[in-house]
Amino acid sequence: MDIIITGLLLGGTYALIAFGLNLQYGVARIMNLANGEMIVLGALAAFWIFVADAISPILTMLIVAPLSFFGNWLIYRFLLRPLVRRAKNQGQLEVDSILATFGMAFALVGIMVSIHGEYYTYSYLAEPFEILGETFALNRIVAFCFAVLIGAALWLWLYFTRTGMAVRAVSVSTEASGLVGINVPQLSAIAFGLGGAVTTMGGTLISTFITLDASVGVVFTMKALIIIIMGGVGDIRGAIVAALILGLVETAVARLIDPGLTLAAAYAIFVLILLFRPQGLFGRKPS
Amino acid sequence: MTSGDVKQLVWGAILLALAACVPLVANGYWMSIALTIAMFTVLSTSWALFSGPTHYISLATAAFFGVGGFLVGTGMSDYNTDYWTMVVIASLAGTVLAFLVGLATLRLSGVYFVIFTLGLAEMIRTLVSWIQNNFTGSRGLYVLTDLGEADIYIHLVLVAALVYLAGWWIARSRLGFAMRIIGNDEMVARHVGINTAFSKVILFTFSGFVASLVGALIAPRYTYIEPNGVFSPELSFIVVIMALLGGTGRLWGPIVGVIPFALLQEYINANYSNYSTLVLGIAFLVIVYFLPHGVLGRLEETWAKRRRSTW
Repeated sequence: MDIIITGLLLGGTYALIAFGLNLQYGVARIMNLANGEMIVLGALAAFWIFVADAISPILTMLIVAPLSFFGNWLIYRFLLRPLVRRAKNQGQLEVDSILATFGMAFALVGIMVSIHGEYYTYSYLAEPFEILGETFALNRIVAFCFAVLIGAALWLWLYFTRTGMAVRAVSVSTEASGLVGINVPQLSAIAFGLGGAVTTMGGTLISTFITLDASVGVVFTMKALIIIIMGGVGDIRGAIVAALILGLVETAVARLIDPGLTLAAAYAIFVLILLFRPQGLFGRKPS
Repeated sequence: MTSGDVKQLVWGAILLALAACVPLVANGYWMSIALTIAMFTVLSTSWALFSGPTHYISLATAAFFGVGGFLVGTGMSDYNTDYWTMVVIASLAGTVLAFLVGLATLRLSGVYFVIFTLGLAEMIRTLVSWIQNNFTGSRGLYVLTDLGEADIYIHLVLVAALVYLAGWWIARSRLGFAMRIIGNDEMVARHVGINTAFSKVILFTFSGFVASLVGALIAPRYTYIEPNGVFSPELSFIVVIMALLGGTGRLWGPIVGVIPFALLQEYINANYSNYSTLVLGIAFLVIVYFLPHGVLGRLEETWAKRRRSTW
């Protein structure tokens, strides 16, 4: 029981991170391998502000989100858009964007190491909280609640606003949505920025209960990718289920076998999915 | 075989023979740099044999390299096996692993393939550390041989000769022709009857074999083998950067990137070691935005332009 609830709580935050990457990949068609570094940036900001001014990480998110949105928007507009324009086909764009975002990831890690090379340790709401007779850390529960809130807000935006509808249209077909008068480049930039902002907020939330350091970003990139592939690209419902599964499996492996094996477990899931259901849990087989 | 082909072979042999003479003139410091260069030359050239024509970015180098180094370490420390026996076993194990990974993943492309190969090294590393922590007890492994850096260097030059010969042969074989078509358009390749999966698996396995062999051969240099060291993902990225920096269009392209980047890294690590990750990032960005076809590709473009303008 303890494992199930802890796993679900962790999965909630994973879902939020995967949501961010899904927005970037599904709409802007750029696989952002610097995604994990956005998480670490969110964590670094939370740590920094908390240690300096004792401001709650929840409030930090309010500062981090617009900054990250703007930063990611700039990245898309000035670094990735030229690649989109230069690419002759989807394959070339994919290779270019993989290399470019890896470059950004390394550059960000380098910068963050020079800002703070140690672990981002701080203690926020590390108090016991009881659910169904068992105790959990309050910070995990708070993080989960905020992840759900942000995710819900995003979902409402996607499904009940005009811009949200346009974003969904672009994710279905870039060409067709251009034909019906949607400004695809502008919208892609917005989706990329928004995805980045969501990811960074996820990083701030995660940092309340997991200690990060500058170099762990790539692990989170892998986790977010595993979730997206497991859930099916662009499938929000699938991503949520996949994130919860990943959270559960990781917690179970850490508790029952060895904490050092969580990454290997995540990777094993990834391999199984790729081999047996490459279209994702709920995806249909391409005909 | 045309006379041009023979000329290339002769030139290659002369250059390799010159490279083999380096230990005669180099002292300790430069010998160590030459060794690093030799290692990365072999790794990135064999990487480019597979990834150059197919544009599949493989980050599995560290996995195979690590398997090679680690097996040599385990065999010698835990089982008292002879060094050369372990080199053979390690490179065979790497080859089998590469073959299996190739079979499993080559239906994937793009990002899936990248993440799969990146995760491979990480997974093997965590598994190995876990097994060591829980079952065998020792984390460090010793590789004690009487081989000096000059001996290891000669071994690597021999492997380089093998890789270049293989590359030279592949470029003239049906396999190389098939790979070029796959790289241009995989769909077309399949429709003209090329067994794309087979061709890709063969080349991927070869580059895996070379990486594990290099890992095994270089192990005596480090003396002390630790999983976090030999499976370091950074190695895979450096290999990719070097190969792309030089250019993967030609067999000797990667070495054009290996030499300057190895020297740059040596300098950075000695003087500004905090910035080595940042340098890797900048290198990637420079390649994507300024040298999409590597230094060689850029030079060839300029030559082509100049020739046209003098006409």
